[in-house]
Formats: sequence, C-alpha cells, structure tokens
Amino acid sequence: MKDEMKTPVHMGVGGEAIPVGVLSALPTGTKTFGTYRNHSLFLASGGPLPSFFAELYGRLPGPGKGKAGSMHLASPDHGLMATSAVVGTTIPLALGAAFAEAYRGGDGVVAVFFGDGAVEEGVFWESLNFAALRRLRVLFVCEDNGLAIHTPIKDRQGYRSLTEAVAAFHCFVDSGDGADAVDVRDRTAAMAAAMRRDGGPGFLHLPYLRALEHVGPNEDWKAGYRPRPSDADLERWDPVRRLESHLKVEGHSQAELDAVRAEVAAAVDKAAAAALAAPFAGPEELWTDVGA
Amino acid sequence: MSAAVEFREALARAQAREMEADPSVFLFGLDVPDHKSIFGSTKGLLEKFGPGRVFGTPLSEDAMTGMAIGAAISGLRPIHVHIRVDFALLAMNQLVNMASNLRYMSGGRLKVPLTVRAVIGRGWGQSAQHSKSLQALFAHIPGLKVVMPASPQDGYSLLRAAIQDDNPVIFLEHRWLYDVAGPVDETVSVPLGKALVRREGKDVSVIATSWMVVEAMKAAEILQQRGVSLEVVDVRSIQPLDEGTVLASVRKTGRAVVADYDWAFCGLSGELAARIHKGCWGALKAPVERIGFAHVPCPTTRPLENRFYPSAVEIIRAAEDLLGLSPTELSGEEFYSWEHKFKGPF
Ligand SMILES: Cc1ncc(C[n+]2csc(CCOP(=O)(O)OP(=O)(O)O)c2C)c(N)n1
Ligand SMILES: [Mg+2]
Repeated sequence: MKDEMKTPVHMGVGGEAIPVGVLSALPTGTKTFGTYRNHSLFLASGGPLPSFFAELYGRLPGPGKGKAGSMHLASPDHGLMATSAVVGTTIPLALGAAFAEAYRGGDGVVAVFFGDGAVEEGVFWESLNFAALRRLRVLFVCEDNGLAIHTPIKDRQGYRSLTEAVAAFHCFVDSGDGADAVDVRDRTAAMAAAMRRDGGPGFLHLPYLRALEHVGPNEDWKAGYRPRPSDADLERWDPVRRLESHLKVEGHSQAELDAVRAEVAAAVDKAAAAALAAPFAGPEELWTDVGA
Repeated sequence: MSAAVEFREALARAQAREMEADPSVFLFGLDVPDHKSIFGSTKGLLEKFGPGRVFGTPLSEDAMTGMAIGAAISGLRPIHVHIRVDFALLAMNQLVNMASNLRYMSGGRLKVPLTVRAVIGRGWGQSAQHSKSLQALFAHIPGLKVVMPASPQDGYSLLRAAIQDDNPVIFLEHRWLYDVAGPVDETVSVPLGKALVRREGKDVSVIATSWMVVEAMKAAEILQQRGVSLEVVDVRSIQPLDEGTVLASVRKTGRAVVADYDWAFCGLSGELAARIHKGCWGALKAPVERIGFAHVPCPTTRPLENRFYPSAVEIIRAAEDLLGLSPTELSGEEFYSWEHKFKGPF
C-alpha cells in the first residue's frame, strides 16, 4: 500500500444499497446530509468520480480543494450539503434544511444518513422531537451496522427497540433490508409519499453488514470483536450481489452485468489516475474560504 | 437623530428593519416570543412578523443551533437568541465544529449567515452559571465573528451588520445595557471590525469591551477632575479585531489599560496586551495593565460579586499606577449601582 490518501478513509463496503436505494426514490438534487462514511452517498448523489478521488488524494479539484478529505466529502451542487466526522452533527443541519423548505412553502423531503451510534447522541432525539413538533419533512436514515467502531449495540443502548422508541414521536417509522437497494428504494418511496402528503418526519431503520474495519481498507475478522460471518451470510449481506440477482430476475444477462462491472472499474482507474496527476492546493489556499 | 432610545428598543428596531428588508431573516430561541421578550429586545416582533418568522423552541440548544446552521446554508438568515451565553455552551459543538468551518471545508461553496445573540454579564446575584461573557472562547475559533456593542447606536447598527453578514456572528449583549438610553440614528451603518474612540485623551488609553466601556467613560469623567485625561477605545468587534485603532491610540498616549469584560487569563486582554507591546514598543512608557474578572467562578453574594466584576474604580487605580499618582479620593463618587436601576429577579 502506498498510503497516498492521507486522510482517514471510512469505507462504505456493505452499506452501498442504503444511499443508492434512498436516493433513487427521491428527486434528483434532493438535499442530503451524511457522515464520514459517505463514499456511497457522495456517488449516489451524483457527485462526480473525478471530484471524489481528487478530494481523497487531497488535490485542488476536489469539492473541498483537498481541505475536506474523505471524512467531509460533500457536493452541495448535487444536493449533498455536508458530511461530518463528529458523530450526529449533521442531523440538526438536515432539520434546518427541512425548515428552510417549509419556510418557503415547499413540500420537499430532506434526507440525513447516520449510524446506529449517532442515535445515542442527544442531538438525534432533540432533532426528532423538533421535526415531529414542527412537522418538518426530514427523512432520518439509520445505517445500522450494529457497531460503533468496535462496540456492539448491546453494550451501548438501553432501549428495548429503537424503532419503538422513535415511534413514540409523531413520525413515520419503517425497517428494511439495508443490503437490498430495491427494498430500500421501495420503502423510501412509500415513506416519502406519506411525508409529502401529511407532513412530518420519517425514520428508516436499515441494518447492514460492515464488511471491513471501522476505518481503512482491510478486513478485520481476526481482531476478535466480532465473528466472521459464514460465506452464505457474507453473500446474503453483499449489496452488489443482491442487486445483481434483482437484475437477473428482470432479465439482464451475466454478460451485461460483467460489462457494467468492467465499465465501473475502468472509470475508477481513470478518475484515480487523473486525481493523482492533479495539483495540490497552493500555499495561498490555506487562508481562503475561512469567511465569506 | 431621534430622542434617546433604550438599547433593548434599538435591538428590536434593528431586527425589525432587517426582517422587513429581507424575508429570509427569521428570529427564534427560547423565550423569544413570550411577554418578557428577552428583556424587551424582541418586543413587538411576533405581532409584526407572525409565528412563522418569530418563534420559541424546545430546550434543545444543540439541535436548534444545528437547525439554524442548516437553514443558513439553505439560504435563510437565522437570528438565534440565548437569554444567557452560559446556555450557548450547549451549542458549542455546532458552533465550533460546524458553523465555523463549513465554508472552509466546502471549498467556499457554502456560506453560513447566522447571527447568535447572547446575553452576557452581571445581572442580580446571577452566580456562576448565568454570568459569563466568553468572548475569548468564541473569538478563538477561526470562522466565527464576535461583536460586543456598548451603546444603543452600536446595538442598532452592529446588529444590522451582523444579520447582513454572510458568516456566523456571535453578538454579545451585556444585561445592564438594555436600560441604557442614547441617541440612535437609523441611517448610520457601522461595519463589523471597526473600533471606536469614544473619548479622546492624552495620558492613558483605556481599551475596553462591552460594559467596561461604560465603566471607562465614568473613570475618565472622574479623573478629568484631577486633570488626568483618559482616552477610551471601544473595541466593539473582537473578531475581526481593529488593531489599527487600538495601536494608534496607545502610540499617542504611551500608556494602556486593557479593560476586558471577561476573565483575564488566556483572554482577549492578553491578546490585546501582546499586540500593544509589539506594535507600540518604542512608544510605551510603561507595561500594559490588564483588568478582568477575578479568576474564580462568579459568586452570588453581593459583597463578593462586587469584587468579582471590575468597575470604574479598578480602571482609575490602574491609570493612577501607570502615571505614578496617589489614589484619588472616591468616597463622594457615585458609581453604576445595581442597587438603583438593575433590579431582579433576573
Ligand atoms: C461526537 C463523537 N464522539 C466520538 C467520535 C469517535 N467515533 C468516530 S466513529 C464512531 C462510531 C460511530 O458509530 P456509528 O454512528 O454507528 O457509525 P458507523 O461508524 O458504524 O458508520 C465514534 C465513536 C466521534 N467522531 N464523534
Ligand atoms: Mg455503526
């Protein structure tokens, strides 16, 4: 490994179906917010692959000019307003975006993605309360991998059921399969329709399997904090395979799917190479964009 | 120029003016719409602009600050009010981790036109949790602006400038200023980042913030009777800081007392003293004096509270020290007395 991405990289492998499914049910340009585990969200929002790699490699053409890095990838031009490496902090920002939407008389839905650890922060409950109170159209999407770094939910949460606790608020609540983009899309579409019709927030609880270590590109099954799932389970929780089986049912051939995989791999290689060739920010950039 | 206007009224007028001019401005916070209307500073605004633009909130400072930031990056201009700056500490995560750096991390794509109004300082036996100022804490963070008005005119003009500014601005209002009345010319605009020489003098420069400006003016009046001439510089804007006006004053007088309404340790007074020492080295006739809160939590009981907060007396004594003068007899003087005007319960 060359360590050329000098930024903590939180891989989304295993969780890709969640932003893909949610965003395919919402209009293009929908305002979204996320966390440091944001790669799939960035790309699902329409964030360009070259910008993505430029930011990860700390290069000037990145959306944050390399000052943001992997943990703060965003692309307001595509609706992804902000992501954050302080757990829970973008949840109330989504509240504000939904407030602005309502203030202007719109009925658009704003989506915010966060982990199962973020619901332990007070700001999650404060935000849920305010969204329920003011009937704001915030779609709270809980990406539940059962872990906060290495600590399992059973060592962190005192409620009987997260969805039951959330359901005590005036809020639409649903759970789905976080590895199945089609299931996520359909549940999102139904919930967004209800939110647009009646107003108020929605909460989507989506379990998934984090395939890699908390931060970094490696598997860490041997670390001891969780057992390695069976091969069958790994397959069951692989969102790419799950999507491929949907596509096969719809009549797409293996050759077509292989072609898509090859196309994506080529685009990734090209964007990564272009990013590595792009310039770093000059020293003057240290001082730009501190204030408007 | 109108008849004397109270500071509270000046703030209400500034907000009304901005809300009339720009429909994206809204005003919210705990207690904002109630009958006490934040010491009268939001009076009449609910009636004028309705509950869609003027509203109270749950007790959720963290989420409400994030809400304001989210609204600001979505094109609105929130004014968020804290009836005590001490409560804004629950919002520090959002202010310090989010509001201050969203622009930087978005490569300049986002702007955060947010005004946070917070009431500071001495009230009536407010003790350790309703009595702070905290300007140094906020000003320490790149990306936050910090403003401390000390007169009705500046309350009016600087609040308008803060609301119009495209950055997060922390606007700190001393509790006692609400009762201060003075002329307010609604056509005067004051940009952020400009200090003001409130009184010209030649012997000692008093560089003061917020309520200490009022105390410094009193000190100057008293010392004038003795032929000692204080120049009073009202810092007004902590970030951005108008170093030029401060240094010009001290180069002229050769002596400086920095009277900051905050703890001195690691505070703005240290920042100003360092800049004055460096910028006025050859002109200084004595080392810079610093005045601030006693470095203890604020006590409730009146005799100790009187010792905690500095006043004109400490400014007078510091100026005398710098000039090598004997202490002025002050027993006949009347100082700003909380026994008269500044009544409880809050
Ligand atoms: C406020 C805060 N506390 C602690 C951390 C350190 N931290 C980083 S990620 C993480 C776990 C978060 O778990 P979860 O919300 O489930 O997200 P996941 O990483 O599983 O996607 C923690 C505790 C942090 N970044 N922010
Ligand atoms: Mg987790």
